[in-house]
Amino acid sequence: MSSATTDPRDRIHLGGVATSLAVLVALIVAMPLTAPLFHWLFPTLDRPVYVRASFLTLTLDHLALVAGASVPMIIVGIAGGIFVTRPAGREFAGVIDTITAVGQTFPPAAVLALAVPVVGYGAAPALVALFAYGILPVLDNTIAGLRSIPPAALDAATGMGFTAAGRLWRIELPLAAPVIVAGIRTSVAIAIGTATIGSTVGALTLGSPIIEGLSGSNTAYVLQGALLVAALAIAVDRLFAALDGWLRARAQ
Amino acid sequence: MIDLEDVTKRFGAEVAVDGVSLALAAGEFCALLGPSGAGKSTTLRLVNRMIEPDGGRILVDGIDIAGQDPVQLRRRLGYVIQSIGLLPHWTVAENVATVPRLLRWPAARIRERTDELLRLIGLEPSAYRSRRPGELSGGQQQRVGVARALAADPDVLLMDEPFGALDPVTRGTLQDEMAAIHAATRKTVLMVTHDVDEAMRLASRVVIMEGGRVVQNATPREVLSAPANAFVEQLVGGESASFRLLRIRKVTELVTAAPPGPGAPTIPATANLDAALARMLARGVEALAVVNGDGTVAGTLRLSDVVRHD
Repeated sequence: MSSATTDPRDRIHLGGVATSLAVLVALIVAMPLTAPLFHWLFPTLDRPVYVRASFLTLTLDHLALVAGASVPMIIVGIAGGIFVTRPAGREFAGVIDTITAVGQTFPPAAVLALAVPVVGYGAAPALVALFAYGILPVLDNTIAGLRSIPPAALDAATGMGFTAAGRLWRIELPLAAPVIVAGIRTSVAIAIGTATIGSTVGALTLGSPIIEGLSGSNTAYVLQGALLVAALAIAVDRLFAALDGWLRARAQ
Repeated sequence: MIDLEDVTKRFGAEVAVDGVSLALAAGEFCALLGPSGAGKSTTLRLVNRMIEPDGGRILVDGIDIAGQDPVQLRRRLGYVIQSIGLLPHWTVAENVATVPRLLRWPAARIRERTDELLRLIGLEPSAYRSRRPGELSGGQQQRVGVARALAADPDVLLMDEPFGALDPVTRGTLQDEMAAIHAATRKTVLMVTHDVDEAMRLASRVVIMEGGRVVQNATPREVLSAPANAFVEQLVGGESASFRLLRIRKVTELVTAAPPGPGAPTIPATANLDAALARMLARGVEALAVVNGDGTVAGTLRLSDVVRHD
């Protein structure tokens, strides 16, 4: 364990997390102070900086929406992947894979449009769209991770007297963890980007300045929203990179 | 210790194990020998309920295993497989301690037992305890596989071609170590192999299988000197089975009390007859002086006695 903390790759991972978080916080704090800059860039705009909600509120709401969709998405995706790799669930593998693939085939905008009449405006349709769109990578990677475990290790584990649950918890999931986390990383990255269009149906996100900027020809708003979404996506991705590095170091 | 009574297993239309009966006493080292597809591995995996039989009974220690919890049963039966199956995310010590951990031994006892076993298989605990399986050679990995099977001190070891994936030199070394471990621990061993020499070298009893049936169940010497049928005769090498027989017979069996001639080459009393014959061929002599461990002469070994049938 002591050698893990001095691994240069770990320092890079943690450095990436710190840098990207610092950039994100700096953008949130500094954005309201950039009015002169945006005024200079876009002299024709009356209001060069988005003020309807603070950038901190937008970021936190955006994150809450992503988390609200990602947590059930991760739970359902992993549970589904476990289920179809058990003897009892093997025959459902095709069905579940098809359902989730269809979920990803539907453009999120279409899902939003379909969800609004059912669940109304606001964050709810955005949650549905993000959940449906992001579950496939989690499910697929859970299945791939569990199937990539050397059969000999599983045979030996069973032959030594692991219960099915003990084998899953102590052998299969730890060995599959890096692949599963890669799937979660992909899904969350997609969700952070896709959450912006939630603002078209009334959810408050970092997409709000983007949507408003697009409809009101305010390029400054679009830039501000896009910069923060990008910074947020990078910061979260760096967190996952650090988690991935830690998992892989542990699994070697 | 292990009794199979008319055990049958089918996979679809194919009969993998066909009415096999077998009684292994405690401490016996039994090799299931035969070609691929003879039903050897299936028979082995029936004993720890990795596979369930379609007919017949299997008793371990006199108790029908059909009524036992498979998980508890397996924790009492050491299990070694050809592909080893060490858990890559665990250290060597954690792998060895797998079953004791499942049995919830106290940590101090686990550590003591792990170190003891690592020493038994020739891996210095301080150097190897914290390594990962990926850092070990194939031979070292299978040593750890054997130590893992022995960890909770089971009465029975089930071994499925344990040394099949190793190079010949490493395989020979591990076979010697296995023989020493068996001599020291007197475990009941059921080992699957398709290697005739391995079976003859290690086993006290050889069960030869063909097409899911037992075709001969005898000591290595009986199998080599009196094959039950043409299949067994071919399996053990036809006339060259005589060489295999020399390999498992001792010089002490044929030594005569007559004093050896002057200048006769010597052979240790503990040697096998193949080594003695090799020395006669190499030195161009027809008699050897047999010497005890303390250097005293035990007698003479004559070529005519080695060659003659009794």
